[in-house]
Amino acid sequence: MEAKKTQILDLCDEELVHPGNRGCAGCGLNILYRIGLKAIGEDAILVVPPSCLTVVQGLYPITCSQVSVLNVTFASTAAAASGVRAALRAQNNDHTKVVAWAGDGGTADIGLQALSGAIERGEDILYICYDNEAYMNTGVQRSGTTPRGVLTANTSIGGKRERGKDVAAIVAAHNPAYVATCSAAYPLDFHDKIAKALSMKGFKYIHAHTPCPPGWQMEERIAVSVARLAVTTGLYVLYEIENGQMKLSEPSAKLLGKKKLPPVSQYMQAQGRFRALTPADIDSIQNEIDTKWAGYRRQMTSAAA
Amino acid sequence: MFVFESGNVAAAGAVKLARAKVIAAYPITPQTPLTEKLSEYVDNGTMEAEYVAVESEHSALAVCIGALSAGSRAFTATSSHGLLYMAEQLHWTAGARLPMVMCVVNRAVGAPFSIWNDHQDSISQRDAGWIQIYVADHQEILDATIKAFRLAEELCIPVMVCYDGYYLSHTYMPYEVPEQSAVDAFLPPYSYRHTLGPDNPASLNTVTLPGGRLDIHGEFAPGYMELRHSLDLEMKRAIDIYTRIDGEFAKTVGRGGSPIVQTHLCDDAEYVAVALGSMASQLKDVADTLREEGLAVGVLAVSMYRPFPGEILTAALAGRKRVIVFEKALSFGQSGALYSDLRAALYSCDTKPIMSNYILGLGGRSYKSSDFCEAIRQSVARDSACGDHMGWIGLNR
Amino acid sequence: MATDDLRVLTSDSHAGPGDAGRTGSWRVLRPVIDYAKCAPAKSGKPSCFYCWLYCPDTVVSKTLQPQIDLTYCKGCGICAEECPPGAITMVEESKFSDEDNR
Repeated sequence: MEAKKTQILDLCDEELVHPGNRGCAGCGLNILYRIGLKAIGEDAILVVPPSCLTVVQGLYPITCSQVSVLNVTFASTAAAASGVRAALRAQNNDHTKVVAWAGDGGTADIGLQALSGAIERGEDILYICYDNEAYMNTGVQRSGTTPRGVLTANTSIGGKRERGKDVAAIVAAHNPAYVATCSAAYPLDFHDKIAKALSMKGFKYIHAHTPCPPGWQMEERIAVSVARLAVTTGLYVLYEIENGQMKLSEPSAKLLGKKKLPPVSQYMQAQGRFRALTPADIDSIQNEIDTKWAGYRRQMTSAAA
Repeated sequence: MFVFESGNVAAAGAVKLARAKVIAAYPITPQTPLTEKLSEYVDNGTMEAEYVAVESEHSALAVCIGALSAGSRAFTATSSHGLLYMAEQLHWTAGARLPMVMCVVNRAVGAPFSIWNDHQDSISQRDAGWIQIYVADHQEILDATIKAFRLAEELCIPVMVCYDGYYLSHTYMPYEVPEQSAVDAFLPPYSYRHTLGPDNPASLNTVTLPGGRLDIHGEFAPGYMELRHSLDLEMKRAIDIYTRIDGEFAKTVGRGGSPIVQTHLCDDAEYVAVALGSMASQLKDVADTLREEGLAVGVLAVSMYRPFPGEILTAALAGRKRVIVFEKALSFGQSGALYSDLRAALYSCDTKPIMSNYILGLGGRSYKSSDFCEAIRQSVARDSACGDHMGWIGLNR
Repeated sequence: MATDDLRVLTSDSHAGPGDAGRTGSWRVLRPVIDYAKCAPAKSGKPSCFYCWLYCPDTVVSKTLQPQIDLTYCKGCGICAEECPPGAITMVEESKFSDEDNR
């Protein structure tokens, strides 16, 4: 049975993220952090590697976070979180939640080994990757999840040549307790997936697509609407995987009923980082999306039959 | 109770007696039997702890960093490349002032690969902000590891207990194991000033400005420099504190001694051989032999290498005719690190000895007592006017 | 025991607003809410609150007449973009007098 979906009015009023922090105007991470902490609550220890979240938290001795955070080295997030969990287990503390919260570079690249190890060990932690698709904190360099064609500070002429890694699929291949994808455009979905994950034992992973106005080269005010376009065009798919079964989440599941999805070019044209893409490149990305969704529809039909 | 076991098992026994609650480890020779033994203790229920079989040494120390920050005593052990793979974590542990204890089972560093013993691994990490203790036998492995927990937790500074791979890790010696009750009386339960949790919501190790800044209550908080200065000041206190801790260990457990430096036949020695670790044990025999030849040789084992006990060493060595430093590591393009430190410490004394530095045993190159004897005779025979000198033992050329 | 008088061993930050100062000074455009269009203000019942939900900076209140904390609002304009009835307009800061800013 599905848990009741949280509505805006149901969300906890108490804010665990203070205003006046160092996040850029229109920061998608800030939306996720604020709503995410409402789901996580104060009885938690967060583990954070260098990332925009380091900056958002603030400079000593002030932090915007009302929860405990252990800042750790770049490659060690999932391992340090495992250590926090081990200590809590040794203290017979089964109520405090352990949440690792890292960026795409810290997850897909330098932190992947520790992440893989922690999943394999079945550590009882929630790992959240906020994916703004580049090393934004160091000035927008390509990361493992940067999509093909994107202009970054070190793919500044023709854009990145390679595809981005599908980290959620890499994680899912380890068969952890829970895998979900989210988007900053759907904070309630993010909230409920965190709440669900934290109700489970074992390793849980949430991958959240996170708009970044400076990195994506777009106006701050459209950050959420552009992130939403990634979902509504079918480019970025929101889903959950439990017991090896993938299930589309509502914002993406709704697309199944649509004959035609809005063209992905809308999403790309709203951002400066895609301007190296030719119309043919965009067509080929559109084709990939169409093929992917044809597959989802076929699976639906065969599941119904 | 006396047992006859390997050095690695002695270390494992110490960790068990210290009631470490979180152990994280990754296999590397010659450390592996130590943490295998701990996994056995955890599995068979004789030790109540979480054993985290991590995927790398970097993660091993990360797990310990997480556990110590969340309020539990933690332990890991490593060697060689494992220690170097931890390098940034070593600095992080010290900077976060976490009371970590780690055994480093000394082994050479590649390339080329060498699984054999020397001191290059831990010596190369001497500036990471860890206290370094080098031990000479199995009893010292066990005792120093237990004392290291107390020292680390009093000062909030991590401690490496270094012992020679194979020479100590894989050889068998009799040693005495204290009663659990005695160790419990000696080592209070773990505590850490900044333990994280819902009762103490804080963000630890956040970005810190060069110059400091006001907190939300308008009180001035230190900058990065003050934190580093504090670490340096506190680490220097380790010499006095470890001496006191050793005295308390002697009272509760019944064994103590000279934890900072240990001497053999030094009182009237004109020539003093200085070394770290198990070499110092061997040098005692060497001194005995040379004494029979009429050479007034003594031995000084440097047990605590960081903080560097410069004053104690200066007091012990000033006025001697020769100080001969034997080392199984070097700072390339310079000399052995211990020799450099010792020479700097003796610089200011009026009666500076003539010094020799011998590099030996790198990558497990064997050395015999006769090699030490020959080197000491050579050093003694040198014309004082030639000043200090450096040489290598056992090179095939 | 410690010889140094630092109350901390490492940086332990505590929670509070304004780590980056009064971030309202970053703002170029100011969100202005037309309560005649704003759903909860108009109906007098708690509803909508998209401005509150999507605010990255915790500066919108979840009240019948949502208020924006201009001390810290960075002026990103996401609230204006996401407001279903279009009740929020982004107005150039230069349009406001010192009086308004008081």
